[in-house]
Amino acid sequence: MGRLSVTLCGVGLDNPVIPASGTFGYGYEFAELYDINVLGTFSFKGTTLEERFGNPTPRIAEAPAGMLNSVGLQNPGVEKVISEELPKLRKCFHKPVMANVSGFSLEDYARTCALLDREEQVGWLEVNVSCPNVHGSGMSFGTDPAAAASVVRAVKAAAKKPVIVKLTPNVTDIVSVAKACEDAGADGLSLINTILAMRIDLRTRKPVLANTMGGLSGPAVFPVALRMVYQTARAVKIPVVGMGGVSSAADVLEMLMAGARAVEIGAANLTDPYACKRIIEALPGEMDKYGIGTLAELTGG
Amino acid sequence: MLQSLFEIRENEPVARDVWRMTLAGDTAAITAPGQFVNVRLEGRFLRRPISVCDWREGELTIIYKVLGAGTAEMTGFPAGKTLDLLTGLGNGFDPSEGGDAPILIGGGVGVPPLYGLAKRLLALGKKPRAVLGFNTAAEVFYAGEFRALGCPAVLATADGSLGVRGFVTDALPEDYSYFFTCGPEAMLKAVYRKTKTSGQLSFERRMGCGFGACMGCSCKTVTGFKRICREGPVLRKEEIVWDD
Repeated sequence: MGRLSVTLCGVGLDNPVIPASGTFGYGYEFAELYDINVLGTFSFKGTTLEERFGNPTPRIAEAPAGMLNSVGLQNPGVEKVISEELPKLRKCFHKPVMANVSGFSLEDYARTCALLDREEQVGWLEVNVSCPNVHGSGMSFGTDPAAAASVVRAVKAAAKKPVIVKLTPNVTDIVSVAKACEDAGADGLSLINTILAMRIDLRTRKPVLANTMGGLSGPAVFPVALRMVYQTARAVKIPVVGMGGVSSAADVLEMLMAGARAVEIGAANLTDPYACKRIIEALPGEMDKYGIGTLAELTGG
Repeated sequence: MLQSLFEIRENEPVARDVWRMTLAGDTAAITAPGQFVNVRLEGRFLRRPISVCDWREGELTIIYKVLGAGTAEMTGFPAGKTLDLLTGLGNGFDPSEGGDAPILIGGGVGVPPLYGLAKRLLALGKKPRAVLGFNTAAEVFYAGEFRALGCPAVLATADGSLGVRGFVTDALPEDYSYFFTCGPEAMLKAVYRKTKTSGQLSFERRMGCGFGACMGCSCKTVTGFKRICREGPVLRKEEIVWDD
């Protein structure tokens, strides 16, 4: 065990740094820039049963200390991910990868997870419950504890690998959703997804995003994310992966102190393609500053 | 793609709200005209994607329009200031295609990448001509620079204050072997409809990362989804699918 090692749902990580889904593609593009095997793992682009283009453009906007996106889960669909993307990934990444899955019905989630569960390189299934439920009046699965729990049960019945549920912050009480997922059998939780937001272009007097609203990420959301990770980690026994605006080694330590077992890094990858590598390299020095011998001291393992 | 630091050599206006910045640094990642750089501005989250006007070993030139607070701030940057750039982004134009007499059709800040392209077309022994469109005479830039290269340039202004009154499509010659174009999307669409030959069109989109990670700038094409920042910004006429 190195100084930076942590364990996530029984799977060891060399360090707790995990590029977040949707900011790292399927990995191989970043592998042209650096050896991505320095990462703890990474969560690949959100995958759905069928191919999706996503929302119309513009689907990116800037914010103070952050950005909005309304990409809308563009991906080639699970079969092409398995036949085309994962073979390319295997050539440059030799660790278990986190498979991020979205769906619009319980059956979608179960089928997509079942297919990815069979892939040897998949170490965890990260199930994003922020999509609208097409059979439940369009409300997001993740905003209702019972609906989120139903996704967890469907996925757990279809897959053997650890299931980490990615929670939305766009709820009144994230702890009640977290607890419902834990009770339904989730092996871990990751939070927060982006915060619903919008911008208006003063020239056109119209929303910047074609979709009107999008998700805010970046340093702007870090304190909100930290608070939610803290509240959730105290309320559940399963491991919590903290994310939301993490952009430095100090932020990683802060998330771990709030109760996270590992940390995902999203928007920072988009402005600095080397962000995760730099944060991993900076961690030992940052730990020295605060007298932290090993990260396991903070995470409990 | 390369992330590296560049030092500003010159930063000066070339027309109303249009500035030229020359930067010294490692240009090895730039492989084609029409590629772009993504400029990090302190205190602003997203980088600013700006097409490369021209480059040589150790130096590149960008021409940018003041559109928002970020580009307004750039006009105050003095020579000697250091900027963090991602270079070598996008596919760029392929100057080898399209016969010996291509037409270059540029609109506004879509003109700059065509300048670097014109140089490379001339170096290949081709005889490019340019049609450059602007809103008004005060916004015109680089017509003289094209001519100085040996690339004839016809001007069009929407208000008729200089050159042909109207749009670039009103000033196109009859005979050309191919076209290369860059400008606002409405202009690209008009060029697409008016031109009779094949060609390459360079698109602009709001981008997140600029290097293919976020999928923020995707578009549909006849050969599937493409990222304007990665498989673009230059698309072949035959593969374009217009949004509406």
